[in-house]
This record gives sequence, structure tokens and C-alpha cells, in this order.
Amino acid sequence: MTIAPILRSVTVKAPPATAFARFTQQMARWWPASHHVGGEPFHEIVIEPHPEGRWFERDKAGVEVQWGKVLAWDPPGRVLLGWQLTSDFKFDPAFVTELEIRFDPDGTGTRVTLEHRNLERYGDAAEKMRAMLDSGWPGIVADFAAFADQE
Amino acid sequence: MANKQTMRKVPAASALAALGDPMRCAIFEQLARKPSPVGALAERLPVTRSAVSQHLRVLKEAGLVTDMADGTRRIYRLDPRGIGAVRDWLDKHWTKALDAFQAWSDAQDEEEDRR
Repeated sequence: MTIAPILRSVTVKAPPATAFARFTQQMARWWPASHHVGGEPFHEIVIEPHPEGRWFERDKAGVEVQWGKVLAWDPPGRVLLGWQLTSDFKFDPAFVTELEIRFDPDGTGTRVTLEHRNLERYGDAAEKMRAMLDSGWPGIVADFAAFADQE
Repeated sequence: MANKQTMRKVPAASALAALGDPMRCAIFEQLARKPSPVGALAERLPVTRSAVSQHLRVLKEAGLVTDMADGTRRIYRLDPRGIGAVRDWLDKHWTKALDAFQAWSDAQDEEEDRR
């Protein structure tokens, strides 16, 4: 079973090196504030700038919740991240979907292209999820609802 | 085997199209909150029962919701087999995130230009 990757792009005025730095190192400044995974709003979002570096949010009290990791760190043109949040928005070190962000020159600005792929891996999670729901475990839909509510 | 469950391949495009309608999106979010029968959805939303039924049919065809009998009623809930729901959430999320990045980054440049 395969499922189409998500492909999105925007063009920003800043050149690639600046866009790359802003995207990866100032994420908490622009990331939609309601889209936090931990119990509390994030204070910082950190991508450790090297392969295998962690990608995580940290709240004001210092509590960290990991989202994924760096798979390839190629400034200023590209970063490949592992998005490791399952369909119930829990970090799972054994679950990895690839999120590639490219920064290509576009005039004096940058075309930022994001591709989230391997989404079929959610299929395996969905199967597990169904098994859990069938056995009466109620948490998944409630977690999903909590996320939908934050929209 | 007659009752063998068949794996459905849900085209992502239809899941996205199904949620493109604001009322269907609202119904989907209600069901994410709580599995419900048609009547309860119609009470919570500004549409008729028959309109809710129509929307549910589209959501079901798109693999986003599923239903089961409960006495004489049918209870609708998100389809846990469908990854359409996850993909749709991510698609909306990345659209929102990239738009936010663009707005913020461009605002930084404008600020620098003014200095």
C-alpha cells in the first residue's frame, strides 16, 4: 500500500542561507503555536544541527517532548528530518517518516519546498490502532480529538 | 471467506476533497471528538438531519468515517483503518506551517529594510 506524499511550497523574500537558518533555528518564532505535542505550549523548538540531532519542543518548565531527528543536515539547500509522531501524536523512536525541506534560490528569494513522505507507514500504525480500539482501548480517538480541537 | 475484511486503498485526493467542504470538516471534527449518531450531529450543527446524512455518505466513501449498528441507530466514528484522516491532518498542518513561515520570514525582511 502506498500513499501520495504531501508536497507543499512557498516562496520567501530571504535568500536560501537566511531562510534555512530561520526555518531550522528559529522554529518557535513561526510554528503555529497551537500545534504543540506536549501538554503545555512550547517555549522553544530545537533542531540539533547535525545528523542524528534531536528535534523537540521544550515548554517553559523545561519539559521536552521529542518530535523526530535529523537524518541529513545540508545547509543552506536542504534538511532531511525524521517525523516520528505516530497517528496518535506520540513520539515513537521506531517510527520514522521522512520530511525533506529544500531551499532553492528563486530570484533574490527562496523557494521552500516541503515533502512529507512514507505516509503508508501510518498504515501499519492504523492497523495497530484498530486492534487496540477493537480491544476497547479508548485513548486514540480522544487524542486525535484533542489535536483537532486545537485547530 | 465471506466475512474476510478487505483492505481498502483510499485515494488521498478523495479524502482531501471530502474535507474541503466546511460542514463536512465540522462533522469530521465532531466525530473525532466523539462517535455519534446522525441525530446528535444534526443537533450540534446548523444543518438538517438529511444534510448530515449526505455529508456522512461522502466522508464514508472517502474512507474517513465508518459506521456500526447500535440497535436501530447507526453510530458514526472516524475510520481507524483509514490513513486518509492522518494524511489530511498533516496536509492541513504543513500548509498552515509553511504559510506561517513565509509570513514571519517576510516580515523579518521588511523590518530590516525599515532600519
